[in-house]
Amino acid sequence: MTNTPAPSTLALRPDFAAIAEWIKPGAKILDLGCGDGSLLRYLRDTRNVFGYGVEIDEANLLKCFRNGINVIQNDLEAGLSSFASDSFDYVILSQTLQAMRHTEGIIQEMLRVGKEGIVSFPNFGNWKNRMQVISGRMPVSETLPYRWYNTPNIHLCTLGDFEELCQQCDARILERKVMSNHYRPVNSLPNLRGMLAFYRFERRT
Amino acid sequence: MQDSKSVGVVTPQYVQIDKPLQLKSGLSLESYHLVYETYGQLNAARSNAILICHALSGSHHVAGVYAENEKSIGWWDNMVGPGKPIDTNRFFVIGVNNLGGCHGSTGPASIDPRTGKHYGASFPVVTVEDWVEAQAQLAEHLGIEQFAAIVGGSLGGMQAMQWTLDYPESVRHALVIAAAPKLTAQNIAFNDVARQAIMTDQEFYGGNFYAYDTLPRRGLRLARMLGHITYLSDDSMAAKFGRSLRKDELSFGFDVEFEIESYLRYQGDKFADLFDANSYLLMTKALDYFDPAAAYGGDLSAAFRAAKANFLVVSFTSDWRFSPQRSQEIVKALLDNELNVSYAEISSSHGHDSFLMEPSCYHQLVRAYMDNITI
Repeated sequence: MTNTPAPSTLALRPDFAAIAEWIKPGAKILDLGCGDGSLLRYLRDTRNVFGYGVEIDEANLLKCFRNGINVIQNDLEAGLSSFASDSFDYVILSQTLQAMRHTEGIIQEMLRVGKEGIVSFPNFGNWKNRMQVISGRMPVSETLPYRWYNTPNIHLCTLGDFEELCQQCDARILERKVMSNHYRPVNSLPNLRGMLAFYRFERRT
Repeated sequence: MQDSKSVGVVTPQYVQIDKPLQLKSGLSLESYHLVYETYGQLNAARSNAILICHALSGSHHVAGVYAENEKSIGWWDNMVGPGKPIDTNRFFVIGVNNLGGCHGSTGPASIDPRTGKHYGASFPVVTVEDWVEAQAQLAEHLGIEQFAAIVGGSLGGMQAMQWTLDYPESVRHALVIAAAPKLTAQNIAFNDVARQAIMTDQEFYGGNFYAYDTLPRRGLRLARMLGHITYLSDDSMAAKFGRSLRKDELSFGFDVEFEIESYLRYQGDKFADLFDANSYLLMTKALDYFDPAAAYGGDLSAAFRAAKANFLVVSFTSDWRFSPQRSQEIVKALLDNELNVSYAEISSSHGHDSFLMEPSCYHQLVRAYMDNITI
């Protein structure tokens, strides 16, 4: 299949670049909730990965087809039973965790199917969100653009919350990246200053 | 009925094959002929050929119309044509009638050269593997070493899968639509009731009805009515017919009263006039026997180890005869072998027949997939 790479993707989605930096060239990838397939396509074009996306939405599925990536239409909430244990180098869940009902279930499935898991999510602990809650309103921000009544985000968490979940799910965190709302690295006070969090983890043996 | 996207008037072609065909049953056919149609042009590199495999009642007449009958539109004309999802401006598309069929290829209604009489009941039982072997002979005749894609729905999807197992180097893409890796007991049961309907018809004469100048019409009609029910969904029948009556009042008798009864009888009658009863028996038996995992202790992933093709697997939400779960089994086997595969589960209320219709984004997805095939 021939597809012209989209050079603008990196500039548009620094969060993709953050994930790509962790991916070894030629790796086998499973991208859960892959949307229009642009992350997988980006990884294929820049990291020469082989892999599959999983997506439930028909409109997104069509975009994946047009992006020329492998995509399996499947509901993540139902688990990953089509995928064998230990069959992927990386299982990615990019900005989808907060919209999932079975949060623990999907982390466990990622640990089963992949040698490593990569999760990114908006940090609810960011000071802007905290300020809005203190002022008596539910937060609306760049990374959380919805109102309380129409948000798909049902399981928001902070860095601390996610790390506790990893502990509970026997996931060992290998690496963490935190970005500001301008996609710059945040080194100090990450749970307060970070807008987006990235975690790379593996099964604790 | 012709529109700008039809391939237009088409003419069937024949090929006589004198190389004996060794069948899975152990029997063989010394010689046979196949009827086929082609649409579009084979390119100089011979790299743009697509084979369309038909389902139980289909034929080689996939697209276009016959000059003598403008109502004779091909069975997948909405999918195949210039500018259609399987674009004949780009691809050279072949439709072929399977061996044992009744649309022109050698079948039970053909004359057995050894006896000078109709094959009838003596026509050997053919399998999906046998069909693939015969189709491979046609490919050789047309000078095609490798298909850009092999496409099929239902029983046709089984042939597309079998191609990737038997001739892995000869298929770049397989589009497996509304298919299953093998029939369930329930599916075999439906097929057997259909066969019993035919075989217990007094006009069947053990399959040699040709000699008596008659047809087991009632049996074939019942078989088709039963089949038709299973190709639709409860919802689509409710939406189309509900409990509508043909007259305003109940007649308290056993004549046709409900619209659904009238529709099924009409479909059954139409089919009984066109289809050969022995071919129906053979087609249903080929469905029952298909089980590529059987030779691998039931391990479908092991069966697909030989495959190299890229796959598109499609199922339809309301298809209970070949349900999405069965397609997921195929997908799992392909994933286990690290093959390129995409899977779509199309929202549709039309049951198994959805694959012949245009529900939701089905045609858009097939078009997008086909567009990415390099030739």
